[in-house]
Amino acid sequence: MASDRESSAAPLEQRAAALELVLRRKGDLPETFVHDFTEHAEEEWITDNGARMVAKAWTDPAFRARMLADGTAAAKEMGFGFPEHHRQLVVLENTGDVHNVIVCTLCSCTAYTIIGAAPDWYKDLDYRARVVRESRTVLREMGFDLPASTEIRVWDTTADHRYMVLPEQPAATIGWPEEKLAKIVTQDAMIGAAGLDPSKGQ
Amino acid sequence: MDGMHDLGGKQGFGRVAYPSPPHDETWEPLVRALSAFSIKSHIYNMDEMRHAIERMAPKHYITAPYYERHLTAVATLLVEKGVVTQEELESLVDGAFPLAGPIGPGRQAAPPQVFAIGDKVRVKNDYVPGHVRMPGYIRGKSGVVVRISVPMPFPDTAGHGMQAPMEPTCDVRFKSTDLWPDSCDEAFNHVGVFQSYLEKIETA
Repeated sequence: MASDRESSAAPLEQRAAALELVLRRKGDLPETFVHDFTEHAEEEWITDNGARMVAKAWTDPAFRARMLADGTAAAKEMGFGFPEHHRQLVVLENTGDVHNVIVCTLCSCTAYTIIGAAPDWYKDLDYRARVVRESRTVLREMGFDLPASTEIRVWDTTADHRYMVLPEQPAATIGWPEEKLAKIVTQDAMIGAAGLDPSKGQ
Repeated sequence: MDGMHDLGGKQGFGRVAYPSPPHDETWEPLVRALSAFSIKSHIYNMDEMRHAIERMAPKHYITAPYYERHLTAVATLLVEKGVVTQEELESLVDGAFPLAGPIGPGRQAAPPQVFAIGDKVRVKNDYVPGHVRMPGYIRGKSGVVVRISVPMPFPDTAGHGMQAPMEPTCDVRFKSTDLWPDSCDEAFNHVGVFQSYLEKIETA
């Protein structure tokens, strides 16, 4: 319909500002909504939430069992919430032989309240197209070379449950307190696209 | 719909830009907030939002940054819901305000079925003109149910603004070598598949 329109499209800043104006005038958008929402998203929906869940799972076997059985309840137990359309949090456990990796091929869904806003590379068309079909190759290109014996499980977020990966605890960190463990857990590891670096906890 | 958004398994793409180069665009958080507001205030639902993105002209979709796709979907739905017209939007900017293509009819869910973990299932050979959350790479393929989700609104109905029944999904495990024989890395591919998209082949 709009090939002429696309080539002559107004700058994105202007189009975004126009939508804000329209929603203010006709959609009852409160004056402070954009500021408040952005602040809330940036301060509350952060990677540290998921990292704390992972660290707790590593140190508390009962919590780990609850988290694997019902990720939503485990997240709520730690005070973390979900938007209405995130109906369920499913936690995928990595083991010595099994590695899980998450994608959303149809858009870019993530458990953003738990692991933080999706990084740009996750929204990249190249990642969405390729990781389902060339998982080992894509991860290797990203610097994460899994042993040939590791079974790779790819999870495509096509519905409104959200996945997070529970990485395996590095042997070097056994016995560490939760707060120190949480520091080594990255967003990329909870997507399954990177390993963990114990030196980050030092 | 078999749109440009349905990227899983498409070939010809290159290396993932990893780690992501830094960028800071003030319009992006604004679009994120406006999109969240429109959903929170029930101007439209999440499936309508996704479908509006899918309806973008393929060339526009593939070249637009992530949040331009969101911006285009918000604008398209505000026009379709009668909140504003495209002319009004264009009167507020210097240039055009491209929208997504027109919406067609949605479809109803299939009669409820009962699935259990371990069931062998096949994804129906459906070609859906409207919103659907079945990626093309599993169409007609067989796999095994490994998990069953809580019920959620059936997207093919909800995406068209109609009252949608709640339906669970099955996480179905496929072998990558069944999906793309001789042309993939070995892995298990799991997809959250709405039960209406599935037929049972063998009970566990």
